[in-house]
Amino acid sequence: MSRFDQETTVLGIETSCDETAAAVVKDGTKILSNVVASQIKSHKRFGGVVPEVASRHHVEQFTLVCEKAMEDAKVDWKDLDAIAVTQGPGLVGALLIGVNGAKALSFAYDLPLVPVHHITGHIYANRLSGDMKFPLIALIVSGGHTELIYMKEHGSYEIIGQTRDDAAGEAFDKVARTIGLPYPGGPEIDKLANIGEPTIDFPRAWLEPDSYDFSFSGLKSAVINTVHNAEQRGEELNKADIAASFRESVVDVLVTKTIKAAKNYHVKQILVAGGVAANQGLRERMASACAKEGIPLSIPPLALCTDNAAMIAAAGTIGYLKGHRADMSLNGKPGLNIEDF
Amino acid sequence: MKILAIDSSNLVMGVAVNDEERVLGELITNVKKNHSIRLMPAIEQLLKDVDLNPNDLDRIAVAMGPGSYTGVRIGVTIAKTLAWTLNKDLVGISSLEILAQNGRHFNGYIIPFFDARRGQVYTGIYKCEKGIVKVVEEDRLTLLDKWLEHLVQYDQPLLFLGNDLEKHRQTIKDYCGTLAVFPETTMNNPRPSELANLSIGRPAVPDVHQFVPQYLQLAEAEAKWLDKQKRSYT
Ligand SMILES: [Zn+2]
Repeated sequence: MSRFDQETTVLGIETSCDETAAAVVKDGTKILSNVVASQIKSHKRFGGVVPEVASRHHVEQFTLVCEKAMEDAKVDWKDLDAIAVTQGPGLVGALLIGVNGAKALSFAYDLPLVPVHHITGHIYANRLSGDMKFPLIALIVSGGHTELIYMKEHGSYEIIGQTRDDAAGEAFDKVARTIGLPYPGGPEIDKLANIGEPTIDFPRAWLEPDSYDFSFSGLKSAVINTVHNAEQRGEELNKADIAASFRESVVDVLVTKTIKAAKNYHVKQILVAGGVAANQGLRERMASACAKEGIPLSIPPLALCTDNAAMIAAAGTIGYLKGHRADMSLNGKPGLNIEDF
Repeated sequence: MKILAIDSSNLVMGVAVNDEERVLGELITNVKKNHSIRLMPAIEQLLKDVDLNPNDLDRIAVAMGPGSYTGVRIGVTIAKTLAWTLNKDLVGISSLEILAQNGRHFNGYIIPFFDARRGQVYTGIYKCEKGIVKVVEEDRLTLLDKWLEHLVQYDQPLLFLGNDLEKHRQTIKDYCGTLAVFPETTMNNPRPSELANLSIGRPAVPDVHQFVPQYLQLAEAEAKWLDKQKRSYT
């Protein structure tokens, strides 16, 4: 039994973007409660997340969400070992609500406060649905992130590749807007792609041969140009085929680079995490590539791919056991670096 | 009754602990520093200094705005969270009303204000009657010029209060002439002990979960969206 298998009960808090969330996780692996108040309906009106509106909603929801998480878990404050909170990255005004609320709770009950990097949360969503086998490669794909991370053990993060421009999820959202799909566009494209054929050969940015970095802005522009040119010529484009072709191009690069990294680093497992890990095209392609290469794959169930606090509690459990602590001066950090963790 | 008072709604950050009307401790800074980093340590230190645990408190009083959106939210989040989780009374008080207490013995109208950029101010009109500062005109967000034109019509001495006074002193003089009274600089900081005191006579918030800042203004995106809705119906 390693030191990471101790009995723990941790309350996690997450407010980095547009979900106010709290959850209680036992031993870093079992979800006792997982409450998410989504603001998606509110932001839908604006076609994207408006930071000031997000911050206002967090203040409205914070205590309600915490209360429900504690009630659902049927635990008392004295049963908790620690409070884990997302310190960053994210929207600064949104992060501040979770951080200050978590500090108030930690102060009220004299509980250890553990700062969590949001992306490590996405990675640890995997520990809530299965085992993590080290060393491993984690592909993080969301609206704000596209990163390949090498982990030699629990709580150790080395970025070996990242996007040089748009995040994969961002490209999905922008392309969705171009072909007139509602916000949030990623899931809409995915649905549409399922009924289309990848008939258009959009570019794939492989970058330098030894690079694990990504670039999606060229692809995004190519899709937008294709749509605009067709509109100018008065041609009718098959939106489902565009969605399928675009998705194919993104997924192709993501899967190929992840498999290459996994082989070069001799890992025992590939993890996929983040909002775009819910993408069906990515899930299927990654599953078949991993099966072919004989590398075990872990992708969290859909509900744990999007932002939630159970993943923050799970990552926070590792931080707690490693002795990470914050004091009452903890602040939200929009540009927090995962390698400093 | 032990009261913890929290005001981070503007540049001035204040924390106080009162036992009924007696001020046990009070901490005020008037510097441009991050409230998110400093507010909880200030609360922690002050409670330690007056030998109280969070659970010894009976009531949390908080400045609910108007002011800096982020600043108000930090104070309100902390106050709300403590009140909810420790099952204490929560009372929210207007940030302008707290500042207006500094004019308690002034014979005339008290005009607390905070700069709100683009020529605007958060302000209201208060007046002291028998030692109690009462609202004459509700807090609002308004253009300073328009506000001053309105104030001179009272034709009474006007005491302007606030740390943004220097920025607007000349404008105020131009509009109000000899009606304008400016206080000693030391009276421009809102005092958290006054906030604690004010909370004594007020009913506690019925549902702590529902408590939100008093922004006096919609988020810009929200205002634009509403405007678009209205126009599409006419
Ligand atoms: Zn996320």
